[in-house]
Amino acid sequence: MRTVVRTMLALALGVSLSGITPVLAQNAPPRIVIGAPVIELMPIAVPTFIDEGGAGDYAAEISRVVTSDLEGTGFFRTIGEDAYISRITSFDSPVAFEDWKAINSQVLITGAVSVSGDRITVKFRAYDVFNGQVLEGAALQFAGTTQGWRRMAHKVADVVYSKITGEGGYFDSRVVFVSESGPKNQRLKRLAVMDYDGAGVQYLTDSASIVLAPRFSPTGDRILYTSYESGFPRITLMDVGSLDRRTLEDQPGTMTFAPRFSPDGGTIVFSLESGGNTDIYALNVGSGGLTQLTNAPSIETAPSFSPDGSQIVFESDRTGTPQVYIMPASGGEGTRISSGKGRYGTPVWSPRGDLIAFTKQNEGRFHIGVFRTDGSEERLLTASFLDEGPTWAPNGRVLMFTRETSGAGGQSGLWSVDVTGRNLKQIPTEGPASDPAWSPLLP
Amino acid sequence: MNLAVKSLLLVATLGLAACNNPDRYGAGGAGGAGGAGGPGAGGIDTTGLGDPNNPASIAYFNQSVGDRILFAVDQSTLSPEARTVLGGQAQWLLANGGYAAIIEGHADEQGTREYNLALGARRAAAVQQFLISQGVPANRLRTISYGKERPLEVCSEEACYAKNRRAVTVLSVGAGV
Repeated sequence: MRTVVRTMLALALGVSLSGITPVLAQNAPPRIVIGAPVIELMPIAVPTFIDEGGAGDYAAEISRVVTSDLEGTGFFRTIGEDAYISRITSFDSPVAFEDWKAINSQVLITGAVSVSGDRITVKFRAYDVFNGQVLEGAALQFAGTTQGWRRMAHKVADVVYSKITGEGGYFDSRVVFVSESGPKNQRLKRLAVMDYDGAGVQYLTDSASIVLAPRFSPTGDRILYTSYESGFPRITLMDVGSLDRRTLEDQPGTMTFAPRFSPDGGTIVFSLESGGNTDIYALNVGSGGLTQLTNAPSIETAPSFSPDGSQIVFESDRTGTPQVYIMPASGGEGTRISSGKGRYGTPVWSPRGDLIAFTKQNEGRFHIGVFRTDGSEERLLTASFLDEGPTWAPNGRVLMFTRETSGAGGQSGLWSVDVTGRNLKQIPTEGPASDPAWSPLLP
Repeated sequence: MNLAVKSLLLVATLGLAACNNPDRYGAGGAGGAGGAGGPGAGGIDTTGLGDPNNPASIAYFNQSVGDRILFAVDQSTLSPEARTVLGGQAQWLLANGGYAAIIEGHADEQGTREYNLALGARRAAAVQQFLISQGVPANRLRTISYGKERPLEVCSEEACYAKNRRAVTVLSVGAGV
């Protein structure tokens, strides 16, 4: 069986220049290369974590979240417990690797949980089964309050994902979004945050005023969004801990929207509309100083910084239809980078710096797509009646966006897709939801 | 009846309606200012519209003068029909100096949230500028954009989109905004 699997994998490796390929050369550690067509899911085993005292349901729940995180990437297949030959009965006992090899588990994740009062300790090891050793760096212990149990599970999965793919993790992250209710012509909207997988929803505002397009600060402690609370659309800054909020740039006769932080958190770029014309401005968070970055009679909106803070990608309809442009962070006319058919909007620079995600509208359909920072190698990842507003996972490998269905009963939901176009799926939310924005990886 | 008395009566009729708060679509406000908006969720909005046969009433403005104009896809230019309606609005506003107006710009759902906000603002500003050109004092007019957040019609077809690409002139009592 092992020989067969290795041959299949070797074939896969041979034909795959890009894509997600489980690679298992002789004695090489288990490895997934993210970048192209999928050949095969990597089989792994995640036996229920050991209860080392007082863990109760936490052991099974943490195992379930680790499994769900890894399976949710679309790169792993978890082997069912009924196929196990041996059991993990103690966290520190020697592992019978032959038994895990026999069921072709390339990675084995063992763990243990103990709870005392409101304190929880989670430890785990991820083994390279075929080499019979712990994956380097994948043997850790997390401790904290029981309230943080899901985060600890996400951290376990992040370490394993990171060791096997060579990419940063993204499971221990939050997503701020707009929770929706009510009919289409009277939609109620309120801000909420959740774990990246839809669990642990907390509401940040009530639904008394329209709120739109929230964005996290680079450290995740503040949220920028557009609110109609004053009666007019205004960019608003909220402290996530205290929920204190204040309106920024409240000049009468203007409207402000589409705010986003610079990577160092010191600047907020946004759109300011005055007399019907919308341009992009930068607000110095410390001094309150305002700088106009674009100056054109067309609509300039949806600014997003490059990760090094030196450039801003934005949307402008100066040629008649919305297209994507890049300008220096100090402002200017910008250079158009979108060149395909259709309309391009809401560009967002990847945290890795390599790609820009966008919303594209063409021939009556909406798409989420990516291209390089010069507009080349455009790839459309989705297609539907209405997809819009992509946001990057902290590792720049997954995008989340809003998908809205058509018609009188049309509703919004949150969806995610890999940067390769794989693994399209809806994020479970209590009700309709829109405008997701991913936090950085939590500390 | 002089204007001051008339205004007082209207204020009484309107009660506590948040006339100068254009977020009449909010759910938690004290009530909307009428016009195109339906009732807020969970509450009942009460708005005095007056007698539609009275040319000085909000009802007359909304129904006989016409409180809204429509736009082509992506456009904010005023059609000849729109100019006729807006000419009527300007005359009415000049004749009824006790009212201010907030001009709401709206877009259909074909477009991103951000772009549609900017497009709605452009439409509202086109109406504002036309009314000013007809002599309506600028300090009686304000604009707001709802982008695609508040469609009037909810189907996903051009028949609905055409009605959603609109600018609505919403009156409130008061000489300035």
